[in-house]
Amino acid sequence: MSRSLAGKAAIAGIGQTEFSKASGRSELQLACESIKSALDDAGLAPRDVDGMVTFTMDSSEECEVARNLGIPALRYFSRTTYGGGGSCAVVMHAAMAVATGAADVVVCWRAFNERSGMRFGGAAMQGASMLPPFLDMYGPYGLLTPASWVAMQARRYMHEYGATNEHFGRIAVVDRKHAANNPGAWFYQRPITLEDHQSSRWIVEPVLRLLDCCQESDGGVAVVVTTPERARDLKQKPAVIRAAAQGAYDDGEMCTSYYRDDVAGLPEMAVVGNKLWKDSGLKPSDIQTAFLYDHFTPFVLVQLEELGFCKRGEAKDFATVERLSIGGELPINTSGGLLGEAYIHGMNGLTECVRQIRGTSVNQVPGVEHALVTAGTGCPTSGLILGSS
Amino acid sequence: MSERLAPTTTPDTKFFWDALKDGKLLIQRCKGCQTLRHPPRPMCPRCNALTWDTIEASGKGEVYSFVLPRHPRWPWFDETYVVALVQLEEGVRIVSNLNDVDAADVTIGMPVEAYVEHFDNVSLPQFRPRRNA
Ligand SMILES: [Zn+2]
Repeated sequence: MSRSLAGKAAIAGIGQTEFSKASGRSELQLACESIKSALDDAGLAPRDVDGMVTFTMDSSEECEVARNLGIPALRYFSRTTYGGGGSCAVVMHAAMAVATGAADVVVCWRAFNERSGMRFGGAAMQGASMLPPFLDMYGPYGLLTPASWVAMQARRYMHEYGATNEHFGRIAVVDRKHAANNPGAWFYQRPITLEDHQSSRWIVEPVLRLLDCCQESDGGVAVVVTTPERARDLKQKPAVIRAAAQGAYDDGEMCTSYYRDDVAGLPEMAVVGNKLWKDSGLKPSDIQTAFLYDHFTPFVLVQLEELGFCKRGEAKDFATVERLSIGGELPINTSGGLLGEAYIHGMNGLTECVRQIRGTSVNQVPGVEHALVTAGTGCPTSGLILGSS
Repeated sequence: MSERLAPTTTPDTKFFWDALKDGKLLIQRCKGCQTLRHPPRPMCPRCNALTWDTIEASGKGEVYSFVLPRHPRWPWFDETYVVALVQLEEGVRIVSNLNDVDAADVTIGMPVEAYVEHFDNVSLPQFRPRRNA
């Protein structure tokens, strides 16, 4: 018997709230609504749930979520670290729980008011006088936002491989093109051109313009993970876990891994990718569509390289709008991604790949057998390959 | 007023910030295998020794990467400021600011030199283009 998760768990339900800039309700309520929606989608009731996984950053306590939903007993609950880097790890933890029998039905969620509440973009530092210790070596010099942490690394990538901000802009064009066709996306019916991208203001020069940076959003997303056997008896076509992995790498930091010999790569994603290919027995050409975590566009290019869709340094030529859009060879972020749809810490990319497996996306790719999902990059991360069987 | 956001020093990093008050930029050195490391941390990843001393950096280095944060604006910085990742000649890298240079003239590989600036609330290493580079 192979020692991997391949075929041992499936996503049986997906749910979400609306995505907005001001939800007008508590993060706990968003969590409960999204989980109930995912259970309804699966055809399960709260009393069927016996496991939970969320992010360490999530503000909703497991027992509070359980008491609101009416979940009587929990046998397994865990949390994943590194923010958006854990957006696939939540499913991996849930899959391990159902594969081992620790639990039968596990809900995973992320719900926050990241726009109307505590924003990650640095506004919280405006009135600060002291830094959290992880920023000691950066904050005093004005490297205070996720955009700036990522940009320092991406600037080195540009230097080594000749990539430019215009190359990054193609990712934004693809995402917004897909979002334009998604009624649930914040940027529904609002596509952009590369010229729009190039005329947007610098956020961190010469790496990130406004349109290279993901949205800030309020909302919740949840998925239900159970065994493939049970999933097959439920309402939806299961999205089977073909592989799941977390990845961290030597001499890394949360978002400021500047001290390795090679700063231009994302070795955490190589750790994830190598495990995904090994456990699934698949190769990049077996993937019909992917969600590549797009908090900032440059790292989508680096992910294409680390996952083996193209060689190191070649993503600037590989990542064309045509290739990555619907109708192309590898459509990515078909819901519009974190730039176009919403920023729910990566969980909305995961649910889009489930829709692709089901055949129900608004931007459906024909004949999807395998979809690849990644989590937040520049930090320890995670990934999944979902299959139609 | 000239302040910066101050670090929250920990037992692992106190020596680094304290030395800056005396105008010194230190690099941690493992006593087991002599390997230099930055940022400071308690254990040597090469030999796992917990004992260490320090050397004073020459201050000479090169720009390894750099950015100009434009948004949001911060009360501690001018409209244009350069944050650089500097490769010190001793082999370790450090994030700091690059001053006394037009941002348009900054390049990767540019020779730079360190100096210590004493702000009202904290002493920090800063860099400028290396004279007689
Ligand atoms: Zn050592």
